[in-house]
Amino acid sequence: MAGSNSKKINITLKVWRQKSAKEAGQFMTYEMKEVSTDASFLEALDQLNEKLITKGEDPVTFDHDCREGICGTCGFMINGNAHGPQKSTTVCQLHMRTFSDGETLTIEPWRAQAFPVIKDLMVDRSAFDRIISSGGFVSVDTGNAQDANCLPVSKPEADAAFESAACIGCGACVASCKNASAMLFVSAKVSHLALLPQGQVERNERVDRMVAQMDEEGFGACSTTGACTAACPKDISLSNIAKLNRELLFSTLLRREAAEGDGV
Amino acid sequence: MSATIERPYLLTSVGKKMVMGITGLIWAGFVFSHMAGNMLILVSPEAYNTYGHMITSGVIVYPAEFILVLSFLLHVGCAVSLVRGNMSARGGQRYAMPTNGEKAVTPASKTMAIHGSLILAFIISHIATFKYGIYYETTAHGVVMRDLHRLVMEVFRQPGFLFWYLLCLILLGFHLSHGVGSIFQSLGIRNDRMAPVINKVSVLYGLIVALGFIVQPLYVFFTLGNR
Ligand code: HEM
Ligand code: SF4
Ligand code: FES
Repeated sequence: MAGSNSKKINITLKVWRQKSAKEAGQFMTYEMKEVSTDASFLEALDQLNEKLITKGEDPVTFDHDCREGICGTCGFMINGNAHGPQKSTTVCQLHMRTFSDGETLTIEPWRAQAFPVIKDLMVDRSAFDRIISSGGFVSVDTGNAQDANCLPVSKPEADAAFESAACIGCGACVASCKNASAMLFVSAKVSHLALLPQGQVERNERVDRMVAQMDEEGFGACSTTGACTAACPKDISLSNIAKLNRELLFSTLLRREAAEGDGV
Repeated sequence: MSATIERPYLLTSVGKKMVMGITGLIWAGFVFSHMAGNMLILVSPEAYNTYGHMITSGVIVYPAEFILVLSFLLHVGCAVSLVRGNMSARGGQRYAMPTNGEKAVTPASKTMAIHGSLILAFIISHIATFKYGIYYETTAHGVVMRDLHRLVMEVFRQPGFLFWYLLCLILLGFHLSHGVGSIFQSLGIRNDRMAPVINKVSVLYGLIVALGFIVQPLYVFFTLGNR
């Protein structure tokens, strides 16, 4: 390719292979020769899988969809780094030029009690879906799309909501946390909707339900270590968790008040 | 839609952290004032004993002790509950290599339960040694009072005690270096702008409390020969 600094490198992959949730897994070593540094990490895995299929072996199962860093479907550990060593990058947007010739890479699925392995690098993240369906939506009628500036949202609030909304629900935060806590994900969703006018009607029930569902799914609590933010491909800030704590406290206090009001 | 799950606030992971934060704040405030007040050991036996007498003879001591004991029980109770939940969420699953998350965090934040447990043992032994320790009497300014100064002198003359105290006080400082900052998070009063300041204040707080306390047994140990 003209103008490309493309090189070919040799990489050793130690990949976690596990047939199903019930069976024990182990690492299998694969030598990859002449991988283009222009290839994305998932493309390199595609190449490995083509070889495996040709040889009649079972290809490595991994989740992916958009391959543009926006859907949150991909994700696994490379040498202990969620989504690989490059900051603010999903593994589908990671390129082989990040690595050097002759490197050995250890690849593992997200590990957490609430994320059981389905096969190889693919884990079951339906716990996140259940948290979203417990309250992470707007179900009141908010009308048609508004004209610009019709709904007054201040610039700082709009920016903050946008930053929280950047969470793609990949689960790297859970995978990287010593408590397997989903607090960063849940707090991003709660903050996003709590900051916007459309989210106000269901604001209090939303946080109650999402936190209850999060606990029910068996995620851990927050120890404020910050491991989640460090691993997050979208740089979701730890401050979202402070906001989540605030939201749940206020919703609890307001509910008390409303209940007392009803009694009169 | 699936049936919605409800959970009383104090039984949620978020609610328990609020309890940790409030009780941690109470104890963090107490250990600071305890450290500052006990600095009188550097002044004179009379000043030290009079201060102790003043505190223990007033009425304020009863509600204060009640709040401290209650906070302590809640702090330890929530710690046990949270740590158990956290461990079962991780489910003993470890990675072959340390994670980028793990590498990015402070050592203190990962080990709260470990130093916390040592502090638990320390506080019990500390209360047994001093509050329920030998009762000497003395008279200062014509008032008969407990001679705590003498007890302190005797205790810290023993190298074993000195060593145990130094260890526990360092760990207390460590616990606070993460804990104080974490209070802000648990209580929901933290944003991106405040975060770096909060982290520094937290480390400073732990350092001041630990160093302030450490000076006292060291002073006793190394100056006793001259008295
Ligand atoms: C002088 C005594 C103590 C002080 C001043 C203190 C202070 C604190 C503070 C300020 C926090 C942060 C709370 C938060 O994150 O909101 C904390 C957390 C914690 N403390 Fe203590 N603590 C003390 C004793 C103990 C004891 C005796 C234990 C345990 C047996 C303990 C175990 C813990 C644990 C496990 C956490 C972390 C909880 C989590 O991150 O989920 N602490 N402590
Ligand atoms: S907070 Fe970050 S790491 Fe967690 S799910 Fe959202 S994007 Fe992924
Ligand atoms: S595949 Fe969509 S974010 Fe990576």
